[in-house]
Amino acid sequence: MPACVTFEDLTLGYNSHPAVHHLNGVVQKGSLTAVVGANGSGKSTLMKGIVGILKPMSGHCSVAAGVKLAYLPQQSELDRSFPARVVDLVSLGLWPRRGLFGRYRKEDRLAVAEALSAVGLEGFEKRSLDTLSGGQLQRALFARVLVQDANLILLDEPFNAVDTKTVADLIELIKRWHGEERTVIVVVHDLDLVREHFPDALLLARGPVAWGEARKTLSSDNLLRARQFHEAWDEDAPWCNTGNSHKHDHANRQRGVA
Amino acid sequence: MSPHDWFIAPFAEFAFMQRALLGAMLLSVSACPVGVFLMLRRMSLTGDAMAHAILPGAAVGFLLYGLALVPMTLGGLFAGMVVALASGVVARVTVQKEDASLAAFYLISLSLGVLMVSLRGSSVDLLHVLFGSALALNDDALTLILLVAVVTFCSLCVFWRALVAECLDPLFLRSVSRLGSVAHFVFLSLVVINLVAGFQALGTLLSVGLMILPAAAARFWATRVTTMCATAVGIGVSASVSGLMLSYHASLPAGPAIILSAGVVYVLSLFVGSRGLLVSWFSATTHRTA
Repeated sequence: MPACVTFEDLTLGYNSHPAVHHLNGVVQKGSLTAVVGANGSGKSTLMKGIVGILKPMSGHCSVAAGVKLAYLPQQSELDRSFPARVVDLVSLGLWPRRGLFGRYRKEDRLAVAEALSAVGLEGFEKRSLDTLSGGQLQRALFARVLVQDANLILLDEPFNAVDTKTVADLIELIKRWHGEERTVIVVVHDLDLVREHFPDALLLARGPVAWGEARKTLSSDNLLRARQFHEAWDEDAPWCNTGNSHKHDHANRQRGVA
Repeated sequence: MSPHDWFIAPFAEFAFMQRALLGAMLLSVSACPVGVFLMLRRMSLTGDAMAHAILPGAAVGFLLYGLALVPMTLGGLFAGMVVALASGVVARVTVQKEDASLAAFYLISLSLGVLMVSLRGSSVDLLHVLFGSALALNDDALTLILLVAVVTFCSLCVFWRALVAECLDPLFLRSVSRLGSVAHFVFLSLVVINLVAGFQALGTLLSVGLMILPAAAARFWATRVTTMCATAVGIGVSASVSGLMLSYHASLPAGPAIILSAGVVYVLSLFVGSRGLLVSWFSATTHRTA
């Protein structure tokens, strides 16, 4: 299967310290991959790297030509006090189609209505964002992703603070996208969820601990290695030889993290 | 005194009142929507800071050419843009947030401005720069305000979707477009040109009042950005009319009278607006079945 996203010795980070360290590999077109790991292990950083919001310290992250990308960041980055209705939020997903100037057409409004219906938010069109529950807002954000009609979908912790019914509904949507051969990468904390629904998984602990078929990736050995990941930066870490722009955290290496 | 004497005569009989009214209304149409976005971006105090920031530019124009519109306007524009750009760049390339970098640059700018005015002018001149004179608007000043209103309207129309997206979900905008930074700087430029347009009529300190007060009042009435902008413009225009009438009948300075009128609308809206205190109290003590 052709590559959708390619990592070549990719290092992303902050203040000269790597958050994702020397990642190599390919996310294949049409795959459904869960990115798992402890807090601070580089999952959200990797998503930002793929989107292009964060520039690599070294190496490359390339998205295949012609791929349309949709990114659902963590909820906390959205201003819920903004005077917008649910339909306004979902209509933002029309940007790739209509851009800055394009008028919304009848089919656009239909797409927004269908997306709201698909996530179970019919009747919520005119509700203001500050009146939505966490789960309802997450459904609305999924509706926006639907409207974007992208073939690479990145979801950063979409199941946080969401009830089990909503999680089940959102998982169905993700499976639908997978069935439509869209490439989907999801940051997830719930390992049982990953084992049950995700064919592939990438276990991160700053560097990749394991990557491949989900059940194998989440083996007890791999999880044990990932748990030994030390979140804190090592201020005295030597400069990395390969890139010379960031510091190695040798503490991790000593604990056997790849 | 008949209603005609109260409401019509001041504007029908005196050309300077007509100019003041036209200038203030144009400013309302232009500055109030900008104020709405300032408020929604939690940058209400940025308007105040930028108003101070344009002072040294206006002062240089004043030092070189006296109380002349063009040099003072160009000077104010230049100083405002420098402060807006510098604070924006510092916020994007260093650890410092924009509020802190803007505060630093506007304070430097303000102190330079006061220093320059004091080098040459009297306190009366400084008062004009700080508080303006709505009743002394000439053709040049009106033309400038009209020009700024047209530029603002067109820019808002062009960048509307980007400005809304940038306020609501900046990270989303960055994931689908590179226009976020462009929209931000265009917006800051609109703040500067509106303040510069307003300082002839209302002065550097009060021009921000016409930008922020109607916007803040409109927040208590409207639930959507478009209606909020329209409401803010309506409040701004009403405050301009009532402020000028107050100024005429009670012999008060026009600028503060206009801003105080907007302030009264704000306080009223705070209590009786559809999203104001009274409704909040009511909805906190009553409920529906579903």
